[in-house]
Amino acid sequence: MAAVVDIAVAVLLAIGSLFYVVGAVGLVRMPDVFTRLHAASVMETLGAGSLLLGMMIAGGWSLDTAKLAIILGILLYTGPIATHALARAALTAGVEPILAEDRTKPRKTNKTRKTKKGGKSSKR
Amino acid sequence: MMFAVAAVAILAALALATARALLGPTVFDRALAGNSIGTGAILLLAVFGFMTGRPEFLDIGILYALLNVIGTLAVLKFFRYGDLSHAGEEPAD
Repeated sequence: MAAVVDIAVAVLLAIGSLFYVVGAVGLVRMPDVFTRLHAASVMETLGAGSLLLGMMIAGGWSLDTAKLAIILGILLYTGPIATHALARAALTAGVEPILAEDRTKPRKTNKTRKTKKGGKSSKR
Repeated sequence: MMFAVAAVAILAALALATARALLGPTVFDRALAGNSIGTGAILLLAVFGFMTGRPEFLDIGILYALLNVIGTLAVLKFFRYGDLSHAGEEPAD
């Protein structure tokens, strides 16, 4: 039984670490803000969820498991809120997403896509 | 051992998120990277507590999780309206 718990913890921690590093690589490699939000949400749901679930199984029935469940609940509740607020704030501030038709042209680096202050801020 | 591997993975992810926070062309990239760094700090606290057999760090993790989203929203509101006491109507630009 202890071996089963150890294997489950190791598998969950490995999955969580993998998704966490993959999400962080996506955070660096993706071309604009909105696709980076997509990569960061992978980190916050699958990566953090698997890591915390693995630690909950390792902790057994104790107070630590309850605290980890509280952390998981807070992360799963507030992560989409922060992501949604970021996407909406970026859109109202005038950051334009890179669309599919932009990618047929030679791609510009994202250094040319600065925030236009007050450009579209009155448009919902 | 498994917790050490997870801690190294989280540290690598934190380094990449810090790179995005330094490079990010817009303020939203930096706010997103700050949010990810906060989440990584929570996970690193939990993993480090389990690794050293002192899970008391989880309380600090709960506090960071509660502060993280409020910090992100405060930064976004500050960069939209210019101050934090704004009531929330359209900006007068």
